[in-house]
This record gives sequence, structure tokens and C-alpha cells, in this order.
Amino acid sequence: MVDVTPADAVPPAEVGEMELYHPHSWWTKYVFSQDAKVIAVQYSITATAIGLVALVLSWLMRLQLGFPGTFDFITPEAYYQFITMHGMIMVIYLLTALFLGGFGNYLIPLMVGARDMVFPYVNMLSYWIYLLAVLVLVSGFFAPGGPTGAGWTLYPPQAIMSGTPGGQDWGIILMLSSLILFIIGFTMGGLNYVVTVLQGRTRGMTLMRLPLTVWGIFTATVMALLAFPALFVACVMMLLDRVLGTSFFMPAIVEMGEQLQHNGGSPILFQHLFWFFGHPEVYIVALPAFGIVSDLISTHARKNIFGYRMMVWAIIAIGALSFVVWAHHMYVSGMHPYFGFFFATTTLIIAIPTAIKVYNWVLTLWRGDIHLTIPMLFALAFIVTFVNGGLTGLFLGNVVVDVPLSDTMFVVAHFHMVMGVAPILVIFGAIYHWYPKVTGRMLNEALGRFHFWVTFLGAYLIFFPMHYLGLMGIPRRYAELTDMNVMTESAHHLNSFISIMAFVVGFAQMVFLFNLIWSIRHGREAGGNPWRATTLEWQTPETPPAHGNFGKELPIVYRWAYDYSVPGAKEDFIPQNVPGSFAPSREPA
Amino acid sequence: MAIALVLVLIVVGSVLFHLLSPWWWTPIASNWDYIDNTIIISFWITGVVFSAVVLFMAYCVFRFRHREGNRAAYEPENRRLESWLTIVTAVGVTALLVPGLFVWSRFVNVPSEAADVEVIGQQWQWSFRLPGKDGKLGTSDTRDVTADNPLGVAPKDPNGQDDVVVEAADLHLPVGKPVKVLLRSIDVLHDFYIPEFRAKMDMIPGSVTYFWFTPTRTGTFQVLCAELCGQGHPLMHGVVVVDTEQDYLAWLGQQQTFAQLSAPKQTGSANAPSGKTMASGLDVAAKLEPVEAR
Repeated sequence: MVDVTPADAVPPAEVGEMELYHPHSWWTKYVFSQDAKVIAVQYSITATAIGLVALVLSWLMRLQLGFPGTFDFITPEAYYQFITMHGMIMVIYLLTALFLGGFGNYLIPLMVGARDMVFPYVNMLSYWIYLLAVLVLVSGFFAPGGPTGAGWTLYPPQAIMSGTPGGQDWGIILMLSSLILFIIGFTMGGLNYVVTVLQGRTRGMTLMRLPLTVWGIFTATVMALLAFPALFVACVMMLLDRVLGTSFFMPAIVEMGEQLQHNGGSPILFQHLFWFFGHPEVYIVALPAFGIVSDLISTHARKNIFGYRMMVWAIIAIGALSFVVWAHHMYVSGMHPYFGFFFATTTLIIAIPTAIKVYNWVLTLWRGDIHLTIPMLFALAFIVTFVNGGLTGLFLGNVVVDVPLSDTMFVVAHFHMVMGVAPILVIFGAIYHWYPKVTGRMLNEALGRFHFWVTFLGAYLIFFPMHYLGLMGIPRRYAELTDMNVMTESAHHLNSFISIMAFVVGFAQMVFLFNLIWSIRHGREAGGNPWRATTLEWQTPETPPAHGNFGKELPIVYRWAYDYSVPGAKEDFIPQNVPGSFAPSREPA
Repeated sequence: MAIALVLVLIVVGSVLFHLLSPWWWTPIASNWDYIDNTIIISFWITGVVFSAVVLFMAYCVFRFRHREGNRAAYEPENRRLESWLTIVTAVGVTALLVPGLFVWSRFVNVPSEAADVEVIGQQWQWSFRLPGKDGKLGTSDTRDVTADNPLGVAPKDPNGQDDVVVEAADLHLPVGKPVKVLLRSIDVLHDFYIPEFRAKMDMIPGSVTYFWFTPTRTGTFQVLCAELCGQGHPLMHGVVVVDTEQDYLAWLGQQQTFAQLSAPKQTGSANAPSGKTMASGLDVAAKLEPVEAR
């Protein structure tokens, strides 16, 4: 390994400064803004607002499951509408939008040392189309027949038939339309994130000097640009089946004694399209979380991330492999059983790069100087829940083990742990970490610790025992858990306990929201770099950064993002834009 | 500091919960104890990994927590360690995958002596069809479904005439004989699932799917639908009774064939199908009625 003197790696400027569109009025500064940071806040607020709807829906579901027969207004019809909207909102409109539209927009330009996204106008359009998609989604609640109750997977034929809420009303049409809009909006944003990372980096910011946050968001965006088109065509085709009576996914069907007009379509084709999108989607949510949590751990443990290059390659390997595992969601779908051999093998292979990431996170803690700040606490909680959820994934990915567990509460517990709780803990950690940069003030520490403990322990108590309900054979997506032999008295008690915990955890989120609003005015002043971090967003001349991010001159990058506790250096961190002459930067060559 | 203690408690609590809690699988009633064994292997391997990672974290947090004057080590990478961890992980994953695929190959390869039984799902009830004396099921088509032919058995197919049709009633199976379950739906996706048998498979309108099992003890088992099929989904229960050979034959003798059912109706109902104990689709619809009226 040859040590490169950092200054050598800084090429001369090739591209001139780009012209930014500076706002001329309040409207163009705060509403129709082309500043990625404003767009990021808009994305985040919208995603949080719709996420609150999903939280309330989860409470309603838990009321029904925990206290069956007590709440008359939660009919089976309503219950299925709740689960469908909850799932779709959480996966697409909250997690995808917040990680890519929110964190992506805020952090990519700042972290790579760019003034803004490469196409600011398209970036602005991306948000407004996303907002429209959210409004169309929400309008389902007010449409005749209510929103669709087809489950977030929207499997045909039932999704467009009358036995399913919204199937022959407006619900499914609005859902499909909203998804189509979301994908259009996302594509506009996504192209921006990719091009900005590839073309907008400042001098000296080589790809192997990018913070892992950027690597995670970048790879997830590339995946999303490849995966969402599959969902797009599936939505268009199902919309045609529903509105024009075509038969892409509809075979001959007898519904309640009546022969329908459809013939010759394939329901399982939809499942392949859906999961060709749906599985990469899991990693579209997970990879930004992986990247962000790496940076949180490194910064708050005051230690370089362990095995940076391995981490980058693991992100890329996971991204690539996630496109060849989709049918592990379909082991009991009736597809050709020999597919099981292939998809179980690819699925379990993904465990290897994923495990490497986990090892490197905990090895970063080893011989660190661990500051137990709130972002660090959330990062530690993430590792626990992610390892737990990842390991139960080895059950479900191992085709024959999936047979008894598929479509049971075990699956619900697994995916909530691994792609619900785990990424959301990272989001919380990231908000506590970057809120000072966005607002200039710290979030309240006491409220934050309360929020952390209740959320982490509460969520674990909800989802860990839930696996065992599934092991008992209790199916998921049951609006009523009555008259079932597997549903014992004690299982009912466990369900009530889980429901109570769901309310407790939900309450803690209200405290968090209060903290977010209260601290804007009353939080402690943060200064420019409260965590003493190395990455470029903490080196801006102003906090919050102004439009254009870096004042007169763009920073020049001399080192990787992880020069913490470098031997011989005075401080325990060296920012990326500090020339390397006085300290040996032992970044991997 | 509290976090280090909590991490240890999470490991201890999770392990104790696993060992001591009353929530565990229902006693098995089929040959798929292979699957149960694979789950046990998975619990062991994943449990060890989970405990090791979280306890290691707890130790790090305790040992390397910030104190005045501390400084972290500087170690960007360690090739040897990273390679070793990769190899160990690969071994662990292989230990899970190999038994899993071995059992899967048993699951998908149906023994030649297995008897065919057809299960037909529709919103929201289960029906069944058994081959008659010729041992063959007649062909079927959703477009042949009528009020008199609810399962869509091809009316002209000679193989189908002696098929035993069990519409919206209990299925009986003889104990100890392998069964190949052929799955069919006439409307939406369903999934034929009996927790005690450990096996399940979706049924897809327009296709025939399958799985096989051997019932290993007599008893009455509840069928659940495990694929969301509309608002009656949680009420789509059925019953499979595993009988001794003698009881099974007695039950079989009381059933009607397709030819008998499609013959012109006689007055009186001397031959009404027996054993209608389960909720039929109409019962479920009646139960949902007030829901829709609200």
C-alpha cells in the first residue's frame, strides 16, 4: 500500500462555477425554492406529516388486534384499509421520501462540496410532484368506498375486485395513480442525486473519499432508478385492468357466482414485477441507513470507520445482489418450486456483505472514545434491531423454513424490525445529529434521551415477542383473531401487551415532535461544528448554510472523511478540507 | 453506561423469553418435522450470533466509553481480521442453507405413491375433490363453473364423472398415507394452511399449484387462509379430519360423485352431503353483511 501525499490527489478545477438561481421573493425562497436544502426540509416535513397518519393507523390496527370486538368502528373493511395505507405510507411515502428526498437533498451537495444539486429546477419539480402524490394518496380516505384495502402488496386479482375494500370503487385507482406520480417525482430527484454525486464533487473529493452517507444514498438512488420502473409498469397495467377491463393480471374468474369478463392474465406476473421493485426497495431504505449510521458511529466514537473500502464494496455488493433475490417473497406463491433453490442461495449470500457491515460497525467501537450522545445511542439501538431483524431474515430467506412462517406474524415482526424500526432509529439519530446544522440549534437533551429509551425499548418489546406469535402459526392480515385453534388465551394477552406498547412508543414520538418544534427557538446555540466532525457540511462558513453552501470559494478536499484521533494531530479530528502536511493521513490508498 | 447494561439485559431477556415463554409452535401432525428441525438449527446459529454481537457491543461501550483524556486508536483496516470474519460468516450461512435446501428438495419432490386431493378456494370457503375409482381427477376450468358445477369440473371429461365432490364441507384424510394436495382457486389468491402440518401454498386462479405431506396422527385440524383474499379472509376457516383407514372409508362411502351431483335433481334430499360443520362462504357473507350496511 503506497501512501499518497494528500495534496497530489487534488486536481485543478476543470469545470467553472455554476450559476445558481437566487430567489427574488419570499415565494421563491421558501416555497418554490430551488435550493436543495429547502427542498430537503419540504420533503422531510411532508414525509413526517404523512408518517403521522401511518402512526395513527397503526394504533387503530393495534386496538383491533389487542382488544378484539371492543371497537365497533374498526370493521374488517376498515382494518384492511388501515393496514394497506399504513404499509404503503411507511415504505414509500415516509422512508423512501425521507431518506432520499430529505437526507439526500440536504446532505449530498454539502457532503460532496457542491453549491447545489446539478439540476435545481428539476429538483424542485420532484418535490411538488411528490406532494401531489401524497395528496392523491390521502384523497383515498375521502373518496366513495374509502382507500384500497388490498394490502400494501396490492396483489391482483383481489385488489381490483369487489370483495376487497376500494377494489371496485375509487380506492385502488387513487392508490395506483399516486404511486405512478410518486415514481415520476422520484425519478426527477433521483437523477439529480446520481449526477450530483458523479459530476458535482469538489476538487479532491474522489469517490473513495466520500462519506459513507453519500455512498449509501447514492447506491440506493441508482437502485431505485432501476427498480421503480418495474412498479411503474405494474401499476399502469393494473390500472388498465381495472379501468379498461384488460387482462394483464386477470385470469378467468368467477366472483360470487358470476363469470367475469377477464381471461388469460397472470396474477403471478404482478408479483414478480412487484417484488422486482419490492426487494430492492428494502435496500433502498436500508442502504442510506447503513451509510448514515456508519458516519454517526465514527463521529461519536471519535474513530475512523473500520474497513472503509470493505464498507463501500459491501454497499455496492448488497445493491447488486438485491436485484436477484426478489422471489424469496414468493416461495409459497405457487411459482415453480425449483426457483426456491436459486433464490434461497442468493438470499443467504446477501447475508455475507451485510454481516461484514455489522462487524465493521462494532469494530469501529473497539478501542474508540465512545461519546454516548443521543445520535450514538440511536446508532447502537440500530445495530441491535438490525442484527435481530437481519437474523430472522435468514429464517425467511431459507426457503423451506419460510414455508411454515410465511404469511404469519413472524414475517410482520421480521420486516418491522429490519426495515421499520432499524432505519427509523437511524433517522432519529440522524435528526439529532444534523438538526444543529439545519437550524443552528441543538435539540433538547433530556427530551431526546426520554425519546430514545422509550422508542428503543418499546419497539423491541413490540416486535421481539411478535415473532413467536407467528411461530405459533397465527397468520398476518387477520382482522379478527377469533375462532382459531392456534390463538390461545395467552396469545391474546400477548397481543394486548403489544398494543399497549405501541401506544407508549407512539406517545414518545409526540415528545420528539414537540422537541423538534420547541428547539427551533429555544434550543441551545449549536455553532458550526458541535460534534467536531470532519465532513464538509460541518465546515460551512455559515450555520445554517446559505444558498450556495460554501461562501465565496468551494472547499478543496485533502483527505478521507474519517480522520478522527489521528496520531500526532492536536485535535481528535481533522476536517476533510484541512491540508495534510502536518499530520500523517493514513487513509487507504 | 446505562446502555451497556441494557444491551446485556436485552440478550439475557431475549434468550430467557425464547426458552421460558409459553408461545411456541403447535404440536406437529405431519412428516415435516424436517422443517421444525431446520428452524431449530436456525434458532441456534442466529441466537449465538445475536448474543455475540450485542454482548461485544456492550463490552465496547463499557470499556471504551469516553473519559477525560481518552483517545481512540487509529486503525483504518485490518485485512486479516476482515477475511477471517468473512470466512466464518460464509461457513455459518452454509450451515443454514445446506440443510434448508436438502429439506426443500424433499418438499418439492412428491413421492410417487402420494394420493391426489384437490382443494378449491373461493371467497370465502374451501371445497375439495377426490379422484374416484379410476384414481384420476377430471380436468377443470374456471369457465365451467355454474351453480350446479361449483368447482368447474369439465362436464365432458370421463375421468371427472366419478370424482368425489365435497363442497364447502370437511375433508377427511387417512392417517399415514402421503397426500399430494392440488390447489386451485376460482376467484382470487388464497393459501391453504394448516399450522399443524407446517406446509402451505398459495392457490392462483388459472393455475394448479401443489404441495405434499403425510398426516402422522389422527385428529381434527383447522384450515386457515394465509393469503389476503378480501374482507372475509380471517373467517375463511375449514376443517380437515385425519381418520384411521376404516373411518376414512366410511366417510368416503357417504360422499357423492360429480356424476351424481350433476344428475337431474330428485325430490327429497336423502343424499345430502353430511358433515357441514364449517363456516361456508355464505355464512361468512352473512357475518359481513352488517359490516357493509354500516
